Amino acid sequence: MWEILFSTHHTDVGLLYIILGLVAFMIGGALALVIRTELFLPGAQIISDPNTFHRIFTTHGTNMLFLWLLPFASGIGNYLIPIMVKYKDMAWPKLNAVAFWMIPVGMALVWLGMADFTWYATPPYSILSAKGPAAEMWIFGIKILGLSSILGSINFIVTILKMKHPDLPLMKTSLFVWATLVTSIMILVALPTFTAALIMLFTDRLGVSGFFNPNMGGDPIAYQHLFWFTFHPEVYIFAIPAIGMAYELIPKFSRKPLFSYQSGVTAFVLLSIVAFASWAHHMYATGMDFTMKTTFMIGTLAAVPASAMHVFNWIATMWGGRIRFATPMSFVVGGLVLFFYAGAGGVVNSMMPLDFLTHDSYWVVGHFHLFVMGLITFAFLGMLHYMFPMITGRMYNERIGMVTFWLLFVGVSMIFLTQHVLGLYGQPRRTFDYVPVEPLIVMNQISSVGAWITGAGAALLMGNLIYSAGKGKPADMRDPFQLGEQYYDYTRKEPHH
Amino acid sequence: MGHAMIEWIYVGVVVMLLVYLGAAAWDVERFLDHPPKDSKVIKVTGQQWLWTFEHEDGTREIGELHLQEGVPYKFEVTSRDVNHAFNIPDLTVLIDAVPGRINTVWVMPDATGEYLIQCREYCGFSHYQMRAKLFVEEGVSNVSAPIETQDIPVVLPATKAAVVSN
Repeated sequence: MWEILFSTHHTDVGLLYIILGLVAFMIGGALALVIRTELFLPGAQIISDPNTFHRIFTTHGTNMLFLWLLPFASGIGNYLIPIMVKYKDMAWPKLNAVAFWMIPVGMALVWLGMADFTWYATPPYSILSAKGPAAEMWIFGIKILGLSSILGSINFIVTILKMKHPDLPLMKTSLFVWATLVTSIMILVALPTFTAALIMLFTDRLGVSGFFNPNMGGDPIAYQHLFWFTFHPEVYIFAIPAIGMAYELIPKFSRKPLFSYQSGVTAFVLLSIVAFASWAHHMYATGMDFTMKTTFMIGTLAAVPASAMHVFNWIATMWGGRIRFATPMSFVVGGLVLFFYAGAGGVVNSMMPLDFLTHDSYWVVGHFHLFVMGLITFAFLGMLHYMFPMITGRMYNERIGMVTFWLLFVGVSMIFLTQHVLGLYGQPRRTFDYVPVEPLIVMNQISSVGAWITGAGAALLMGNLIYSAGKGKPADMRDPFQLGEQYYDYTRKEPHH
Repeated sequence: MGHAMIEWIYVGVVVMLLVYLGAAAWDVERFLDHPPKDSKVIKVTGQQWLWTFEHEDGTREIGELHLQEGVPYKFEVTSRDVNHAFNIPDLTVLIDAVPGRINTVWVMPDATGEYLIQCREYCGFSHYQMRAKLFVEEGVSNVSAPIETQDIPVVLPATKAAVVSN
């Protein structure tokens, strides 16, 4: 136990990342259940104070993005990247451990503060109305988490480009290596703007500056540009590792070689570039002029062919394969289905006139959750099951694994597909209550029931993994999933540094 | 090369679909982005947590707005404190109310009735009930006598789904 906590070995740090991510996933999920239970009926149900509700959804969002998606992807990267580039560890093991240990600090600040300004922290609300010290704690928590991702990214880039085995060309490495490389470079390009915006927000709150404060001549819209310049690419920073994991799992479980390696690399590079051309599509309704809206619509649509290339590649790989629908593959294919819905919804959002129907409504909530919960979380959970023998040396219970997959798939579809309809009925997002008319009530109830099913599925999944980690059957380490090929090169790690 | 060929065709089809959709969106937005020259101006001000409306003749309304059927209106939207979003879901009117800026959006109500006006951008404690009522009336505007409108059937977002999905 202590050995792992103080270790700098990549699998130990990776394990810490994964465990922290899963803890965040479960406690953030608990907040989501509180939100959905509150919205089961109109009027106050289990929360009496709207502000408590605001604090809960702010913490839910912040937690899920920065403490579940980012750390978990780093955790899998920590495990696999050194193995895939045939090096003994990450390039800088100590930096790696430092980057990890910054996360619990940021996590404590975010959770103890529970700010109420949504995870956008949009001024002027965040300057004029948001309560301190929660807001300051959030700002510093996010700063620390941002620094941690920057350090982690530098480590990944150096490990991949400099520590790669000299006999292994980059074009022969796994696509997951490409995914991690592209993601890490994107983090370095995207994060600085928001880092700057956070400091400006902080000094604005102190009253010593007025960058975003209209009362002091500042412009609140400038913040939104800085914010989305970081966080639109961030969507791809979350998604690309998940796509990389799908590339890892789909050929293995289809027992067929990948359809096209070059196409995967091309699509990754394309995505990472066009990701920076679409940030202001979140801001059509802020009063942008027609030319700008058109520009960002085109920039947004440009991301679609690259995503479509990934999907094509997966389907073409599965086509005619002898697919084994074990738990990991089921999660990935389920994620692919939800990704298709999310992508189609995204095209609708980017169409300028239609965006004015969907923007800031529950449609958007449903839409981006299909990405983060559908595609990304499903791929992560699939990968987690696939790597379970490598991490623990044991097998999880396959039958329970499939049950958890179906609970999550049905639950997630119920929650987020109905939320699209809620949005079309006009229910705004981030609302504590809604107009008590029948269609809204019915849709909210379906959504809440879906949330409970998802919660049950997630609890069962964790139970399965925790129990199996201690009591599961020892896994066949050469080929634990009977796929007829070598599992990850599993060797007991070197003594601790 | 058979592999690559299939993929090129597929990507080509996707790109053509996107070009078609993008062009259609551009064409509609071009129309929506320019209010008719004869539209009447309504000044809309959001503040935590209510809406104020000012007609061209200087009449002010709080929490209620009376408009006439078949007349184009241009809303000049701003805010007094934090960001809000002026939203009439049934008429697909949506624009952010940002302090220090005036954003415009226009609409021509084509059916009489009572509609919901709401805030669609998070603005704090009572964001969820920052609502107002829009009354669309026939003929001459009757701002001073909202009582007469009480007989008009309530048309809330849910029952007007058909309008929204158009």
